[in-house]
Amino acid sequence: MELLNHLALGFSVALTPINLMYALIGSLLGTLIGVLPGIGPVATIAMLLPTTYALQPVSALIMLAGIYYGAQYGGSTTSILINMPGETSSAVTCLDGYQMARKGEAGAALAIAALGSFFAGCVATIFIAAVSIPLSELALKFGPAEYFSLMVLGLIGAVVLAHGSLIKAIAMIILGLLLGIVGTDVNSGVARFDFGIPELTDGIGVVSVAMGLFGFAEIIINLESDEKRELLSSKVKGLWLTKAQFKAAWPAVLRGTGLGSFLGLLPGGGAMLASFASYALEKKVAKDPSQFGKGAIQGVAGPESANNAGAQTSFIPLLTLGIPENAVMAMMVGAMTIHNIQPGPQVMTNNPGLFWGLIASMWVGNLMLVVLNLPMIGIWIKLLTVPYRILYPAILMFCAIGVYTISNASFDVSQTAFFGLLGVIFVKLECEPAPLLLGFVLGPMMEENLRRAMLLSRGDPMVFLTRPLSAVMLAAAVLLVVVIALPNIRRKREEAFQEE
Amino acid sequence: MARIRNPKDFWAGVLFILVGAAAIVLGSRYNLGTAARMGPGYFPRILGMLLILLGGILALRALRLQGAPIPAFKWRPTLVVLGSVVIFGLIVTTVGMAISVVILIVLSSAASPEFRPKEAVIAGLLLAALAVGVFVIGLKLQVPIWPTFLHG
Repeated sequence: MELLNHLALGFSVALTPINLMYALIGSLLGTLIGVLPGIGPVATIAMLLPTTYALQPVSALIMLAGIYYGAQYGGSTTSILINMPGETSSAVTCLDGYQMARKGEAGAALAIAALGSFFAGCVATIFIAAVSIPLSELALKFGPAEYFSLMVLGLIGAVVLAHGSLIKAIAMIILGLLLGIVGTDVNSGVARFDFGIPELTDGIGVVSVAMGLFGFAEIIINLESDEKRELLSSKVKGLWLTKAQFKAAWPAVLRGTGLGSFLGLLPGGGAMLASFASYALEKKVAKDPSQFGKGAIQGVAGPESANNAGAQTSFIPLLTLGIPENAVMAMMVGAMTIHNIQPGPQVMTNNPGLFWGLIASMWVGNLMLVVLNLPMIGIWIKLLTVPYRILYPAILMFCAIGVYTISNASFDVSQTAFFGLLGVIFVKLECEPAPLLLGFVLGPMMEENLRRAMLLSRGDPMVFLTRPLSAVMLAAAVLLVVVIALPNIRRKREEAFQEE
Repeated sequence: MARIRNPKDFWAGVLFILVGAAAIVLGSRYNLGTAARMGPGYFPRILGMLLILLGGILALRALRLQGAPIPAFKWRPTLVVLGSVVIFGLIVTTVGMAISVVILIVLSSAASPEFRPKEAVIAGLLLAALAVGVFVIGLKLQVPIWPTFLHG
């Protein structure tokens, strides 16, 4: 019953007109950038962060969260209609969604993507509410040693489940941690690595890092390659499912929701991992796997439900433990910090209206998305006909204005451009930027907890191993690295990510 | 002489080693403290050493394991996109939102191989009107619309 009271409180916050409006703005913007290839939720949240200064913290978070799950809805539209992922998490939807569209079943593909996402969103909302209380209670028992080990586990887990080279990813985390501690050290007041630049004594802004690495670099890389798009808009008719299609799809929606909700909880999880894993699962359980890649509705229903579930449950570690598990959650840490909210278990007790309001808003936002999106598909299709040569300068403009208005400083703009250049270099060297962003937001917290733990233990590093919870988490982190380093499993993992 | 078989990993490794070394060298100015009372130099030094270690492993492995070459840099998009943004940041305070947006749009459009000057100017004017409407009038951000030297 406690749960119902909490949800009631949440809805009382989420259903105020102002918060309804921000949920709507967030989810619509999310859908918009989800539909548009070449701009993702990380860059969008970075763009909008400065404009949320003036808002109530809860309204700001509701809007920014809407961008993430809204993007999952929008991404599927692009995948289905132009065979190009609007979001990375919708990449697998291209495989069968586009084939369905070519067979003239675009309407059914779009409908099941939206309905599956809505169902997944509802389940995930309840899941978050149910899991959050016990997890926060556990986290409140953590001391600095446990927190430090948890962050190590979280960061290692985040890169183990991501694809690409493990060593590179860990090095990127450390690079991020280093960038994170640029600026004035809170304990000694010493300005570190400021290169004599006064602006750097306040540290590097998370908006600059995220927008440079994820926004600018992406645009530049897109401009280097000239892909042609083929739009299948003329074939969208009858946004509904036949009985047979519905019967084939609903078990996949259930499986996708379950798998996605679980994978969203893990470090490194979230929408993308969930959709890939769900596609692999659907292919495995299918009676006739040869249909996959030729327009199997399960191949759309499963991943699209999974990515929405995963997008939402990835809020759990952030809200209860204060640990962001993917780049979008790292941006949410940035948003909470701007509003003077320290992410972690105390949010639920100190700020219950914000906590439960945010969770309830996710359900509200999902409802809005499913009601609004199907009728609005025509508008999204129109948007897709805007050529990239017009689109990207507009995106650049929003980015540039966004970053400039953080503190009306041209330094911030130049700094963002620097990270844009760095982002291009990283792409060329095949270094994923997401681990860097995670390290970046966790840097100061990690140093602080390391310091405190070592102070309490009088300089004895064994404290991390003698405290049982901390030892378990560190052991888990080591185990993860060892397991991934084993050649056999590494091959499996590469296969899983090349599933196409 | 060993050959670089995996240039992506090799140069990534070199990059990490350089940053790690820089962190240690620049960080040597900060008080190290003791393990129990860490000074501002302690954590950066640990990170720097880890970065050198990982970068070293990457670079050495790249001499042994085969890998794809680094894709060519195309300087035009990089320079034009980032350059136009930097210019925007430098001029917006004095020139105002309207004109700097037009400049940003027209300049950055030139990064595309399909650049059409006339279209870019029209897009620039429309987006400038939108930016002024949304950010300056709507969200009331403290940015001038027109050049400040025009009204003293």
